[in-house]
Amino acid sequence: MIKAIEYPFTEEKTRGLRVGDTVSLSGRVCTGRDRLHQFLAEGGTCPVSLRDGAMYHCGPVVMQEGGKWVVRAAGPTTSIREEPYMADLIKSLGLRVIVGKGGMGEATRLACRDHGCVYLQTVGGAAALLAACIERVDGVHFLAEFGSTEAMWELHLRDLIAVVTMDARGHSLHRTVQRKTRKALNELLGE
Amino acid sequence: MKKAHWEKNLVELIRRTSTDLPADVEQSIRKGLRREKKGTSAHDFLTMMLENAAMARRDSVPLCQDTGTLTFRFTVPTGFDTNGLASLTRNAVSKATRLGVLRQNTIDSVSGESYVTNVAHAAPVMEFLQGARKTVDARLIMKGGGCENVGRQYSLPESSLDARRDLEGVRRCVLDAVWQAQGRGCSPGVLGVCIGGDRAKGYAHAKEQFLRKVGERSDVKVLARLEERLMRDIRRMEIGPMGLGGKSTALDVKIGALSRLPASFFVSISYMCWAFRRRGVLLGPEGGVHRWLY
Repeated sequence: MIKAIEYPFTEEKTRGLRVGDTVSLSGRVCTGRDRLHQFLAEGGTCPVSLRDGAMYHCGPVVMQEGGKWVVRAAGPTTSIREEPYMADLIKSLGLRVIVGKGGMGEATRLACRDHGCVYLQTVGGAAALLAACIERVDGVHFLAEFGSTEAMWELHLRDLIAVVTMDARGHSLHRTVQRKTRKALNELLGE
Repeated sequence: MKKAHWEKNLVELIRRTSTDLPADVEQSIRKGLRREKKGTSAHDFLTMMLENAAMARRDSVPLCQDTGTLTFRFTVPTGFDTNGLASLTRNAVSKATRLGVLRQNTIDSVSGESYVTNVAHAAPVMEFLQGARKTVDARLIMKGGGCENVGRQYSLPESSLDARRDLEGVRRCVLDAVWQAQGRGCSPGVLGVCIGGDRAKGYAHAKEQFLRKVGERSDVKVLARLEERLMRDIRRMEIGPMGLGGKSTALDVKIGALSRLPASFFVSISYMCWAFRRRGVLLGPEGGVHRWLY
């Protein structure tokens, strides 16, 4: 069963999710990658409020068509690169949803638990499918400073499908799979 | 050289590579889907990968927003003007970027600035070989950063894996690399492996394995057997699509070998994501298409 969640992503909504749940995400999300995370972590001012908001680890392909921004491709990027910054940003900005791929580390897992945030994994590389879930672009920040890929794009989504892989109860599916597969690896190396 | 022909067909090569997943890759994802149980995230994710491939092809949009490192390999006739071809290729890359077939994806490593055309030092990567044919064989692989980041190189012996300087040692390295990558390379992926060479040529030869079709075994019997063994072993790890568990962890393993120095024994492993973008074309002396490859 798919659970639909819509912006604003209040703590009540995020605390109701568990690892393994499939969710369909709608409403406002902002993209952010390496440059933005580092900028914000070093004390830069966030141009929009991310309280009860969602951060999408994504560098989209965006074209200007007829005076409007159109997103042509928008799959997730590897989230673990933002691990040094994520926990602090969850706390300071009031983020409730992170969307990306590959999962995140211990600091983020604990920050999710302590501040009612969830991490959603979506299909890496599925850029066309995910771009089709973007209804419109509401704005862009740092376009000149960071370039198109690293800019902060304000997107309005309709039904982006993802799986909860880190929940607000401290569970991480990434950690579980890593432990299970470590056992399998040890068996294979023992042969 | 008819500039316009060349440029048009090189742009078309880039467009096809970025938007049209090769049939051998798509078939192997479909085969993987049959092994997964309905209702699992493995089943859902593989289904979404196939939907994405169909949509990208239909709408001519990039399969993956990380349009990656572009590596061209040209095999040209004797006396062919490779400088001219390099310049046409750079123009084609710049044009494909303006058309939105490629993302602005090239960063100056020192200043941090973005090259809006994707043309810079060593971008795109181009390799020229000389061949016996009268046509130019142009092949392109686009490889994103997520999977590039999980590639690994081992120097044997490696005591932490009890990996010695033999094929069993190679097997241990590949299994470790797959485990370390988890889902971060966008599994199910293809492993390109090179035994031997120096550090630079080792990675290059590991990547050359991606020119081989998925499902094809090595001509070298002992390497073909190792490829098969590793496919069975990796399936047992159950890392699954995007690392959330399941049977589809690798679509294929491709192993090549180079000579080495007595003192060195490298195992270089390059990881290719499921969005495995590889195309090729044979072009005539005027830049006209003889035949599309793959």
